[in-house]
Amino acid sequence: MENLLEIKNLHATIDGKEILKGINLTVKAGEVHAIMGPNGSGKSTLSNVLVGHPAYTVTEGEIIYKGKNLLELAPEDRSHEGLFLSFQYPVEIPGVSITNFMRAAVNAKRQYQGQEPMNATEFLKMMREKRAMVNLDSKLANRSVNEGFSGGEKKRNEIFQMAMLEPTLSILDETDSGLDIDALRIVAEGVNKLKRDDTSSIVITHYQRLLDYIKPDIVHILYNGRIVKTAGPELVMELEERGYDWIKNEN
Amino acid sequence: MACGEEYIDLFEKNRELIDEPCTPCLNREREKAFALFKKKGFPGKKEENWLHADVAKKFATDYGIDLGRKTRISSVKSGFTCDVPNLKTYRGYVVNDSFVNPGKQNRELPEGVILDSLNSFGEQHPEIIEKHYNRLAGKGDSIVQFNTTFVQDGIVLYIPKNTVIEETIQIVALLQTNIELLANRRMLIIMEDNSQASLLLCDHSATEKSSLSTEVVEVFLGCGASLDLYELEETAESNTRLSNLYVSQEAGSRFNHCNITLTNGFTRNYIEVSLEGEGAETNINGLAIGDKSQHIDNRTLIDHKVGHCTSNELYKYVLDDESTAVFAGKMLIRTNAQQTVSQQTNRNLCLTSCARMYAQPQLEIYADDVKCSHGSTVGQLDENTLFYMQQRGIPADEARHLLMYAFAGEVIENIKLEPLKERLHILVEKRFRGELNHCKACNLCKQ
Repeated sequence: MENLLEIKNLHATIDGKEILKGINLTVKAGEVHAIMGPNGSGKSTLSNVLVGHPAYTVTEGEIIYKGKNLLELAPEDRSHEGLFLSFQYPVEIPGVSITNFMRAAVNAKRQYQGQEPMNATEFLKMMREKRAMVNLDSKLANRSVNEGFSGGEKKRNEIFQMAMLEPTLSILDETDSGLDIDALRIVAEGVNKLKRDDTSSIVITHYQRLLDYIKPDIVHILYNGRIVKTAGPELVMELEERGYDWIKNEN
Repeated sequence: MACGEEYIDLFEKNRELIDEPCTPCLNREREKAFALFKKKGFPGKKEENWLHADVAKKFATDYGIDLGRKTRISSVKSGFTCDVPNLKTYRGYVVNDSFVNPGKQNRELPEGVILDSLNSFGEQHPEIIEKHYNRLAGKGDSIVQFNTTFVQDGIVLYIPKNTVIEETIQIVALLQTNIELLANRRMLIIMEDNSQASLLLCDHSATEKSSLSTEVVEVFLGCGASLDLYELEETAESNTRLSNLYVSQEAGSRFNHCNITLTNGFTRNYIEVSLEGEGAETNINGLAIGDKSQHIDNRTLIDHKVGHCTSNELYKYVLDDESTAVFAGKMLIRTNAQQTVSQQTNRNLCLTSCARMYAQPQLEIYADDVKCSHGSTVGQLDENTLFYMQQRGIPADEARHLLMYAFAGEVIENIKLEPLKERLHILVEKRFRGELNHCKACNLCKQ
C-alpha cells in the first residue's frame, strides 16, 4: 500500500514552548490509526500542526502528504488536498448559515480542482443526502454554524461537513468528548459509512469507547511529545486495564 | 467670538435675497435661528458632542451657496434612476437643496396625501406649517441653527388621518454642481393619527467637487401612526453630511428607522426620538461601513418621557484602514416613564490596528420600574473562527468577507421591505469585496 502521510522527526512549538519532540508516523492509504495518550502529551498539537494552525511553529522535521511537502501548503489548500480535522471544540459562527458555509467550502475546493461551482439544485441535493447519512436535523442545517448547538449536535455537524468534503485523510480530535452513548454511536456510524478503501483516518482519543465503534488498524501512544509505543488494536484493551501510568514510568 | 464669521457676514449681507422665495414661517424661524447661531458659532472640537469631529474645519472650504436660487432645475440629470429591483416606489428628488416635483408618475398617492416643497405647501396650508416647522429642531445645536438660518426650501410629506400608503415613497437626494457646494436641506414629515407609510431616503450627494450638506428632518407621528424610515448614504470621499433627525411620537405610534452608511466621506448623523405618548414603540438600527480615512459619527437620543413605551436600538460598525467612527447612544428614562422596556446594542469590528472606534453607550434612568439593558463591544475578527473556516477550505480572504457580511447582516435582517433587504444584502457584500469603491451614480439600482 502507498504511503498517504509520512511524518518524520517532527518538532513543533507554541509560544516558544516545545510540545512535539520528534514524531515519526506513517499512515498508508486505507488505514485507521488511533493515537492515545494522557492529557498534555501533544495529541491536539499534532492534529493542529497537520492542518496548519498558525499558532504552532514547526522547528524541525517534515511532513509528506500525497508525495507533497505539506508544510508548504496554506491551511485551505491542505483542506482542498483532502485533509480534514474534526475539531475538539468546533467554533460557533453566528450569522453564517451551514448552507452558505458549506457552499463556500465546496465551491472553493472545486475551484482548486479546476471545476465549475456546483449549481444550486445539485448542491442542495448533496446537502440532503449527506445530512441523512449522519442524521443531522434539517432544522439545524438552516441555522448558523454551530450557534446554540449542543455538544452532540456540534460533533454531528463536524461529521456532516466531513461527509460533504469527502476527505482522503480525516483527523478526529477527541470526537467522543462530550458525547453520550447514543450520540457517540451515531457519530461513529457516520465515520464508518464514509470510510473507503483509499481513505484513512487518525482517531485521537483518551478512551476505548470510541474505538469500540471505529476499529483501528494501528494504535499509537503519544507521551511527552513522542510516540512511545505502537501496536495493534490489542493495545487499546491493555491501556483500558492498566491506565497510562506504566507508560509514564517507562518513559 | 466663535468661528463662523464669514457665514454670519454672508447672511447679514444677503438677508433679503434669502427671505425672498420663502414662505413666512421659514423666515420667522430663520431670525431666531440666526440669533442663536451668531451667539454660538460652529461647535468647537472640545464640545462633548463634537469630540472627534472638527466640524468648523469642514465649513472652512469656500463653498458656493445658491442663495439667489439661480440654479433652475427642471428635470433630474438625465439617466439617473434609483431603482431597487422589485420595489415599486413613488419617487421624488432633491437636487442640491430643492425639491423637484416628480411630475406625473405611474402611481398616485392616496387622496389627501401631500408630497410637496415647503414653500408651496406653506402657501396653501400655512396653519399646518406654523404648527410643525422647526418645532422639534428649534432646540437643536448650532449646526441645526445654521441650517434653519440658510434653508430656503425643502420637502413636506403630509399624510392625513387613517391613511395607509402601501407603496414606499422614495426621495433621492443628488448634487448637480460644477463648483464646491454647500446645500441646506430640510424635510418635514407629518403623519396624522393611525396613518402608515414607509419612506426610503437615498443620499447620493456625490460629486468630484467637495460638498457639504446639512439636513434637518422633523417627523411628527400622531396616535397609532406608523413610519418605516430607511436612510441610505452612498456619497463620496469629498462629501460632508451633517444630518439631524428629530422624531416625536404620540401614544401607540411606531417608528422603525434603519440608517445605513455604505460609502461616505465625513458623516455625522444625530437622531433624537421623543416618546411623548404611552405605548409608543421605536426601533432604531444602524450599519456603518468605513474604510480609507472615512469618518462616521452617529449620535442618538431616545427620550422616554412617559411610561409603557418600548425602544430597541442596534448599531453596528465595520471599520477598515484608517477610518474612524463614533457611536454615542443615550437612552433617557425620565421619572414618569415607568414600565419602560429599552434595549441598546452596539457592536463594532475594527479590521486594522489603525481604525478607531469611539463607543459611548449611555443609559440614564430616573424611573424605578423599568427594564433596560445596554451592551457595547469593540473587537476584531476571531482568529479561531477564521482558522476553522480555512480548515474547511474557505480561503482566508473569503472567510473574512463571510464573517464581516454575517456581522453586518443582523442589521439588514431588521429591514421589513423584502426587496430592499435583498438589495442591501448584495450591496453590503459587494462593499466588503471592494467592488463599490464609492458612489459614482447609484449603487442601489445597479445590477
